[in-house]
Amino acid sequence: MPPDNKGLFVEGDRLMTICNACRYCEGYCAVFPAMERRTAFEPADLRYLANLCHNCAECYYACQYAPPHEFAINVPRNLAEIRVESYAHYAWPRAFGAAYRANGMLIFVLLTSAIAAALIGGMQIAPPARAADFYGIIPHEKMVGLFGAIAAFVAIALAIGVRRFWRESSGGPVGLAMLRSAAGDVLKLRYLGSGGAGCTYPDEHHSLARRRFHHLTFYGFALCFASTSVAAVYHSIFGWHAPYGYFSLPVVLGAAGGIGLLAGPAGLFWLKVRHDPRTGDPRQKGLDYAFISILFVTSLTGLLLLILRGSEWMPALLSVHLAAVAVMFLTLPYGKFVHGIYRSAALLRDAAERMQYKTN
Amino acid sequence: MADQFPEFDVLIAGGGNAALCAALNAADSGCSVIVVESAPEWCRGGNSRHTRNLRHMSAAYPEDEFFADLHRVTGGRTHEHLARMTIRASANCLPWMLSHGVRFQKSLAGTLHLDRTNAFFLGGGKALMNSYYQAAARRKIRVLYDAEVVDLEIETGRFRSARVRMDGRDLEIRAKALVAAAGGFESNLEWLEEIWGPPARNFLIRGTPYNKGRVLKLLLERGAVPEGDPAQCHAVAIDARAPKFDGGIVSRLDSVPLGIVVNRHGERFYDEGEDLWPKRYAIWGRLLAEQPEQIGFSIIDSKALGCFMPSVFPAVRGDSIGELAAKLELPVDAVCSTVDRFNAAVAPGEFNHGVLDGCRTHGLPPEKTHWARRIDQPPFLGYPLRPGITFTYLGVKTGPGAAVAMQGGDVPSNIFAAGEIMAGNILGKGYLAGFGMTIGTVFGRIAGREAARAARQ
Ligand SMILES: Cc1cc2nc3c(=O)[nH]c(=O)nc-3n(C[C@H](O)[C@H](O)[C@H](O)COP(=O)(O)OP(=O)(O)OC[C@H]3O[C@@H](n4cnc5c(N)ncnc54)[C@H](O)[C@@H]3O)c2cc1C
Ligand code: SF4
Ligand code: SF4
Repeated sequence: MPPDNKGLFVEGDRLMTICNACRYCEGYCAVFPAMERRTAFEPADLRYLANLCHNCAECYYACQYAPPHEFAINVPRNLAEIRVESYAHYAWPRAFGAAYRANGMLIFVLLTSAIAAALIGGMQIAPPARAADFYGIIPHEKMVGLFGAIAAFVAIALAIGVRRFWRESSGGPVGLAMLRSAAGDVLKLRYLGSGGAGCTYPDEHHSLARRRFHHLTFYGFALCFASTSVAAVYHSIFGWHAPYGYFSLPVVLGAAGGIGLLAGPAGLFWLKVRHDPRTGDPRQKGLDYAFISILFVTSLTGLLLLILRGSEWMPALLSVHLAAVAVMFLTLPYGKFVHGIYRSAALLRDAAERMQYKTN
Repeated sequence: MADQFPEFDVLIAGGGNAALCAALNAADSGCSVIVVESAPEWCRGGNSRHTRNLRHMSAAYPEDEFFADLHRVTGGRTHEHLARMTIRASANCLPWMLSHGVRFQKSLAGTLHLDRTNAFFLGGGKALMNSYYQAAARRKIRVLYDAEVVDLEIETGRFRSARVRMDGRDLEIRAKALVAAAGGFESNLEWLEEIWGPPARNFLIRGTPYNKGRVLKLLLERGAVPEGDPAQCHAVAIDARAPKFDGGIVSRLDSVPLGIVVNRHGERFYDEGEDLWPKRYAIWGRLLAEQPEQIGFSIIDSKALGCFMPSVFPAVRGDSIGELAAKLELPVDAVCSTVDRFNAAVAPGEFNHGVLDGCRTHGLPPEKTHWARRIDQPPFLGYPLRPGITFTYLGVKTGPGAAVAMQGGDVPSNIFAAGEIMAGNILGKGYLAGFGMTIGTVFGRIAGREAARAARQ
């Protein structure tokens, strides 16, 4: 563990010890009940708690010991710092964990160079004979091969990361009831609701804005993914080839998802800009903005492609869109995306603990 | 200093629970309101900031049982009429609080005994105060922080204006009515020493450093009738390593009934197992205050771990009683012989720290009458304890309408009081968990309403 990270865990242990004697925040989220099930806070425990925290900041504004009180309790910031440490710690291959250090810059450079290259390359390509024929530009097999390879790599990287998390937090076998409970928490973003009032985000006033924009983003992403999957089935099973009509399932799903994936990230960006700097980790802004931007760019180029697919811009737009998608997928295991993965895993772990606790 | 402010209908001195309940209710009756809070914004909310729950009457906790509990803890030092009125009014506190933004949660882990009688604030007292301050902002209530009321202009029993010290300057703020909700004097070290002498220097103050009793003193000097014992305070045993002020709830220590407590000389001085801890923890403040240097040491062995709420400060550990005593800087021989005599006197029994079990000592002055188990399993753990003051009892006399009674006062008053500054009318002695916030909420609302009425006349 790098020495500066050691300090994070010393501080985390101090905070949790005070919170465990206080417990006033018990009702806010899953972190506090999970904390109460423990008496010692090792790095593995803190990483788990950090991934249970969704940085709603309630426990900061509610804390009678928040700075400048001499106890200087700031749970959201410490857990945010530990969270990023945990992403790097679980990353596979390990060396790629370094990507979290200057994530914003890394993704910015990757994205802009990929787009620039794609743009230059794409502009050389003449529009295909048949209007809107994407595979006239990039043959279907090549596209599937490229993205299939990326997807396989991403899946392996994420799976290994989750396995590391699960092992480290000494998780046992996964049961169906646990999965059901955690899936409900995840899909409803239950904790972002904070009992109906919403988070104290971006400032001390309660608001549901973050949950709504997150839903738009999450379900936008899911719809885009569904659109691609449906298209793949159309192509390979039914032999129906793109382009699909404006009212076909892949296009409707893709368009709806794309709009969600524009509005959601835009809203999250707007909230992030106004986020109370005291309750987050200022060094993570790059990470957050990078992921928000990449989603936005992917969605924007996708929608433009849909609208302009019959025009002479199509080859260039297609290249740019595919470049953005490729960068997005490749960096999934090394960017903010993993918060959803580890948070889900932490909620699963939480469900397991709660059940174990009940039966004991 | 020129008058910067227009005349307000109601001026509230203080910024805790009672103050904000009064401010909100006065504003809800259509008044212009200014809140003058001596603490800076981050520390607003007085001791209310440290609370977690409020006691309230309900179908599950009827008036007579509530009153019986109050009567028992005060030893009858309460005005039954006011007390019953407060208890009845507590029944509709929760809806009012909800409508002003307060949220509640299940009773906290480890507080099951309060589940039926007390409602817990989601996030605790600071979250409650944040909700009230946000509700105040929505009602355009003026709030001054870092603003101490240093003088009150009261003519023939009527309040005219308050002198407020802010940024080193004095402002004169006029209002048609005053609500005094500025707490007790528990953080005024000089005042505490006047009453308890030099031992008071060793007391720790559990709550805000801003409750210096200035408004209380001003009212008494201007002719308010005192109420409540001036020489009593509520004090509990807290970890001696807690900060001088504002350590709040986390400095409490619940290990006392699970072991023994010795003083500086290594001697026991009271029955640690007299009754269930929630019922007894409040007497330990006074017990410690009577010991040399106002310090005591709770000593347990490893069997007791996990039986009490985790403490903030780590226990001092020793593999033998002697080692522990040395680390606590206590006379080793004395502590060893105290523990030996205690262990020898422990009678066999079935230990159960959740009930009054039969585990006791025989022939030991003073006896330990419950939860007596031999202290023999290393590691041995020790915690230093000091008296931690929660609040003081001296206040001003009020009637059911929260109006402050003035000496020989037949003038209809425009001075009202709410919260700890008048709690002595109802809670003359002892304490009932959650009742401080009940008094503040009930009387805050009444004072706000009555001040609004007085302002309109
Ligand atoms: C650690 C702790 C835990 C507690 N837990 C509970 C609990 O769970 N339930 C419960 O019912 N009670 C609890 N109490 C008791 C409770 O805090 C009090 O009964 C209650 O807060 C009193 O409310 P109040 O509004 O009268 O006073 P406070 O909340 O103390 O407010 C007094 C206000 O007056 C201001 N002030 C003082 N002097 C001046 C001045 N000269 N000018 C302007 N402003 C001034 C202060 O800054 C402060 O804002 C607890 C107390 C402590 C210390
Ligand atoms: S954040 Fe503060 S108020 Fe909340 S449990 Fe921790 S110490 Fe208590
Ligand atoms: S920031 Fe929110 S989610 Fe995180 S620990 Fe605090 S209350 Fe829980």
